[in-house]
Amino acid sequence: MSARELIELSASEALRRIGAGEISAAELFDAYASVSDELNAYLWRAEPGAAGGAEPSGPLAGLPLAVKDIFCTEGIATTAGSRILEGYVPPYTATSVERVTAAGALILGKTNMDEFAMGSSNENSAFGPVLNPWDTSRVPGGSSGGSAAAVAAGLAPWALGTDTGGSIRQPAALCGIVGLKPTYGAISRYGMIAFASSLDQCGPLTRTVTDAALLLRELQGRDERDSTSVGIEGGVELPSREDLRGLRFGVPRELGPDAEGIEAGVREVFERTLRRIEELGGEVDECELPHSRHGISAYYVIAPAEASANLARYDGVRYGMRDPDARDLTGMYERTRGRGFGAEVKRRIMLGTYALSSGYYDAYYGQAQRVRTKIAEDFRAAFESFDFLVTPTAPTVAFELGSKTDDPLAMYMNDYCTVPVSLAGVPAISLPGGLAQPDGGGPELPVGVQVIAPAFTESKLLDAAYALEQAIGFDARPPGFGGGEA
Amino acid sequence: MSANLDGYEAVIGLEIHVQLRTRTKMFCGCELSFGDDPNVHTCPVCLAHPGSLPTLNEQAVRYGIQIGLALGCEIAPRSIFHRKNYFYPDNPKAYQISQYDIPLARNGRLGDVRIHRVHLEEDAAKLIHVGESGRIHGSDASLVDFNRGGTPLVEIVTEPDLRDAASAREWLQLLRSTIKAIGASDVNMEEGSLRCDANVSIRPAGSQELGTKTELKNMNSFRFLERGIEAELERQVALARAGEPIEQETLHFDPRTGTLTPLRSKEYAHDYRYFPEPDLVPLAPSKELLDEARASLPELPAQRLERYQSELGIPEAQAKLLAYDGELGDYFEAAVGAGTEASAKGLANWITGDLTARLREAAGEEGEVHAADSRVTPQAIAELVAMVEAKQVTAQAGREVLAKLVAEGGSPAEIVEREGLASISDSGELEGIVAAAIEADPDAAAKVREGNMKAIGPLVGYVMRETKGRADGGEVTRLIRKQLGLG
Repeated sequence: MSARELIELSASEALRRIGAGEISAAELFDAYASVSDELNAYLWRAEPGAAGGAEPSGPLAGLPLAVKDIFCTEGIATTAGSRILEGYVPPYTATSVERVTAAGALILGKTNMDEFAMGSSNENSAFGPVLNPWDTSRVPGGSSGGSAAAVAAGLAPWALGTDTGGSIRQPAALCGIVGLKPTYGAISRYGMIAFASSLDQCGPLTRTVTDAALLLRELQGRDERDSTSVGIEGGVELPSREDLRGLRFGVPRELGPDAEGIEAGVREVFERTLRRIEELGGEVDECELPHSRHGISAYYVIAPAEASANLARYDGVRYGMRDPDARDLTGMYERTRGRGFGAEVKRRIMLGTYALSSGYYDAYYGQAQRVRTKIAEDFRAAFESFDFLVTPTAPTVAFELGSKTDDPLAMYMNDYCTVPVSLAGVPAISLPGGLAQPDGGGPELPVGVQVIAPAFTESKLLDAAYALEQAIGFDARPPGFGGGEA
Repeated sequence: MSANLDGYEAVIGLEIHVQLRTRTKMFCGCELSFGDDPNVHTCPVCLAHPGSLPTLNEQAVRYGIQIGLALGCEIAPRSIFHRKNYFYPDNPKAYQISQYDIPLARNGRLGDVRIHRVHLEEDAAKLIHVGESGRIHGSDASLVDFNRGGTPLVEIVTEPDLRDAASAREWLQLLRSTIKAIGASDVNMEEGSLRCDANVSIRPAGSQELGTKTELKNMNSFRFLERGIEAELERQVALARAGEPIEQETLHFDPRTGTLTPLRSKEYAHDYRYFPEPDLVPLAPSKELLDEARASLPELPAQRLERYQSELGIPEAQAKLLAYDGELGDYFEAAVGAGTEASAKGLANWITGDLTARLREAAGEEGEVHAADSRVTPQAIAELVAMVEAKQVTAQAGREVLAKLVAEGGSPAEIVEREGLASISDSGELEGIVAAAIEADPDAAAKVREGNMKAIGPLVGYVMRETKGRADGGEVTRLIRKQLGLG
């Protein structure tokens, strides 16, 4: 097979062919490692040949994998997209990475990301933005933008990402691939650099729903190094469903096609997807998540509050950057953190510090937690009447680089439909629904559809998403796929 | 009460930190150890590497529950860990994982002091400041040893129920022996496995209001705790008498000078921004764990005190000394069980009296007194007391034997034999010495004969000198009276 043909294969198809002896792990690895990264998707990449001649064993034997640079990898520099961790080489490996490599996966590289996963466009990386392979003047989404762009552009068959408020689903949507945020607690967070601990969750970015199931199956599970991990009872089954008969899909009024800021093209693709669901035998009905409209407000208190504590360890004492000109302790803290962190990270640290400070705690953090509880109750109530909820993943298609960098609120609204799901802790998948033009015209770009399920029902979610994926039949490739050579 | 507070009453509460004697740290698998090379017991978790997460040490929870139960507390069915945020190089995550609004245990009592709360947390790393100041500000450099970082701690906070420095010291000793009996900690103040801060205020005697309190730190021995509180009470009373306000502040006790100096406000003024630790699930001890913790509690000092008084008939003061000092109590128990005829009351008297005094003498002013570590075995003291009680040696000679035991150890019977300290049992020999005494001091003899019994002293003294104390005082008196025709 040609290198181009190799990278066209989905992960599960490549796995089958390696198993059948039709292709070798080394040739697949080299095919990916040889594609030139024109998108700034990687912060570190393995060289072609790095896989060697070894034929790994295990359920993911020999499949190359891109890993978001938020996962600690022993012996490989890990930055979380931040200057403050420049030069940091972790002495240990994240549980999730350990699990997939133990299953036979080979690390292709570490992908670019918004600094400490704070951002929705990848423009907050200290190492330059990632470009969207569909239109390099546009953002790939964030914060797992490098992972999403790499998978979409043929720089990796699949990738690990993390999602705190939408950081897997939104870039998957903007790059035209599949992104799954599992239930909070399904996958260990050990070794995943923390942004907001009560929301962060690892998950797969893939080209197909089956690939997402395959990777999730290896990732999930209780880890005694993460007290909040529980795994998915009964594991994960590979999807096979061909219809949606007997399944009830709720469309939340607050997050649906008529919600504020939803582009016309996004609405059109979303409504087409609802008709597909009905064609497959599913029932579609409107539902309510009354408190979800407060999701963004609650999220931007809780996540920064946790981040303000999580990021306090970057103090220049033990690892990473230390400003050499500091004269005393306070100076060391101020200069190191002042130079090491980018603007968005500083903004959120200040927001979070304020929200937790004496006299304001109850009005901000306490109130946000109460809203979070209400939002979770809304989801529980909705799932009494519906098997799944569906929304657009993001209100818009990929937007132009620089168009929202001066307007944090506009940027935050990207996560309007994904954040309530994170606050409720339930799983959701984004799959490509089709292509649409942005408001105001331009090239056709991918639109993502988000399907949300009750906690720990990933197998059912993947099954339904698979049926929908087959019916939609999205198989478009971005123009830059495989480095542009057809 | 040692300090003269004329017209004022002291109000004292204690905050105690106890390092638990678990095998590993509070939130990671690193071993606890003391005196190893710096930074050898570290891992990504206790060095706060990016992405690392805490996991709770179950043995620390068990010890915490046992301490809570021993202090008569209610154990929370579900307690929560919080993050206490502050920047300092000994605090690698820049937050300490502690408990805040829902501690492991609360509402207890030990002796006369109510327990406000008991909670679990982790210890900071150790800082060594290079340079003259000895503090981080103004030091040439500071070094961090993370071996200690993450050691499990139990913090115990009392209600302000103590009224003077000596009671504070005595109560802390009771607490120490209680925790020691559980085996949860080495509880050594000099080594820092037991640390005690005191909150001190004064108020007009009889008032129910609380005055402004100051917090005293760094009193790393029982003696310093007492001295520190005394010094602070004197300072507060002087301020109050002068009509000057007492300011809320934290004071550092300097053991070299015995004085208190305020800490710079920068070193303690914090908004800790507590919030629930999202990396740990709530701590909900199972019924099995609670039952097991309760069942495995040993006899506690307060129970010992009760038993010594009611069953052994030991007077309260002596019983307290034995029960509140776990090692001394164990030593006493060993002596009681040594298989001699010595009575428990006699042993209590000798161990808390002569033996303790001798050991203290031998140890010098600042030394600690541990009977168990001395040359006097429980068996030896029991044999000695049995001999005294059987009048085989006099009390006076017994003390001499004890001095020998303290100095060189050995068997009391052998010392008595070697030194010729056995009581004079031959009444013929004693009668002769008594006759010599009467002859040597006829004036005294005459006065005694006239009924002035005070004058018998010199006669008895003569006999004791002649017999080197081997004569029984009662027997000597009886013989003098008999020979003077008073018998």
